[in-house]
Amino acid sequence: MSIRADNLVWRIGSKTVIDGISFAAQPGKMLGLLGPNGSGKTSLLRLLAGLRRPQSGQITLDGKDIRHIGRRPIAQRVAFIEQHATTNSNLQVLDVVKLERFPHRSMFSGWSPADDAAVRDALERTGMAAKRHDRWQSLSGGEKQRTQLARALAQSPKELILDEPTNHLDVHHQISLMRLVSSLPVTSIIALHDLNHAAMFCDRLIVLQAGKVVASGVPEEVLTQDLVRDVFNVDARVETSPHHPRPHIYFAR
Amino acid sequence: MGWTALELTRIHETVIWDYRLSRALVAVFCGAGLAVSGAIMQSMLRNPLAEPYVLGISAGASTGAVSIVILGLGAGAVSLSAGAFAGAFAAFFFVALLSNGTRGGADRTILAGVAASQLFNAATSYVVTTAGNAQQARDVMFWLLGSFGGVRWPEFALVSIVVGFGLTICLLYARVLDAFAFGDEAAASLGVHVGRARLALFALTAMMTATIVSMVGAIGFVGLVVPHAARFLVGPLHVRLLPASAITGAIFMVLADIASRVLIPQQVLPIGVVTALVGVPFFSFILYRYQRAS
Repeated sequence: MSIRADNLVWRIGSKTVIDGISFAAQPGKMLGLLGPNGSGKTSLLRLLAGLRRPQSGQITLDGKDIRHIGRRPIAQRVAFIEQHATTNSNLQVLDVVKLERFPHRSMFSGWSPADDAAVRDALERTGMAAKRHDRWQSLSGGEKQRTQLARALAQSPKELILDEPTNHLDVHHQISLMRLVSSLPVTSIIALHDLNHAAMFCDRLIVLQAGKVVASGVPEEVLTQDLVRDVFNVDARVETSPHHPRPHIYFAR
Repeated sequence: MGWTALELTRIHETVIWDYRLSRALVAVFCGAGLAVSGAIMQSMLRNPLAEPYVLGISAGASTGAVSIVILGLGAGAVSLSAGAFAGAFAAFFFVALLSNGTRGGADRTILAGVAASQLFNAATSYVVTTAGNAQQARDVMFWLLGSFGGVRWPEFALVSIVVGFGLTICLLYARVLDAFAFGDEAAASLGVHVGRARLALFALTAMMTATIVSMVGAIGFVGLVVPHAARFLVGPLHVRLLPASAITGAIFMVLADIASRVLIPQQVLPIGVVTALVGVPFFSFILYRYQRAS
């Protein structure tokens, strides 16, 4: 078992944002997190990354409660990229990606060949190698998004947590990012809005509504016409795609 | 032919050794300390207009100073510097309290600093206008604008220890400061203890700034301008930015001090006037660029 959540509850003031969520992510698989705006996706991801403490319930990494694991050991294996992460300092792409080696380096250790390999690999996989000396402020929205993914990969994670990583990407880069993440030998938990991408690439899906899990399982079981209507409030037809063995959602006009 | 070392009179020797050299070396450490504090504030608060006094330290120091000079607190046993230092730390703790300790975000810290500055500046003005006579008001004004006039070797000893210690620890935090580039959450997910790092860095800069302000007054603009100049020269990574800020700040301050002595013959300008005359045009330029970028 990789990341596992048991009965998580998280409130802000009197508002219950996460209301008793339990699930287990399968090692090496891609878990899609779906749900309408405000259903608790981002909050759940923050809890999983250890950035917030749930009021009750627990999160375990390979069976160990993350409250008993230090910040740095968590950072050495869990990479989390927020949805709107940005910086006002004008760093080069290469420097931005190098920052993510932080958890693997001690205060006095130099830059190692392993650090170098991780950074180079991350830049190549995300197609940012040619732009590694470009300044952050000069990048397009899509290039920033790909640099964010490169940051996460440079952290050499076992668990990759991404909050809507396909935002701002054109369709080519959306598909190649989803392909890339699904081909990585890591456990990934990824919040998505595009139901068809979720159907095509994710191994399992969890659907949230008002802080609760309303459906979970393989895409074929989860993505039904009833679910799309009840949770997302749209009429749709769901059929098995003639081009791949996964479901495809046709939205009504 | 003339100017050999032998012809240095005892008076010249004393002037150079006891006055000029100690004064220049104090300026070196004050410039370095203010510039590095400014660079750290700009990074931690993610705001290019942040500077060492953003947490109300200069306002607090001025209140402390007038309490000693005008109100006569401490009955002559407490020096102006000690009063200013106490005032600076009072303001810092006020800001820490108002911004919810280390958990408050950057915006909240900045707002708390603004509130503290307003409060302590109002207290200073109240004391100066109600209790002070014209000469005292002039003295306080002159002190606030900064001067290296009174510093000798004891001041050098203090400032070199405090700033030397502060700079060393800040350099050890260079990578942590880089990790804050994408915000507190991103730093936390890289394994940084965000609260602990904020507390350490704010306390270090407060200690350096309060020591400098209580010694030579609230010299403005060095902490704002120099980090930007250094960033322009060596880029935003702190391993290079912090030493570059320290060196640039040191050189700038020594030159500003010399300018303050020679610009008008027979008269010493407050050093804050000289730094501001250079600083304000530069500040306007940054402001203009910042507005265009956002």
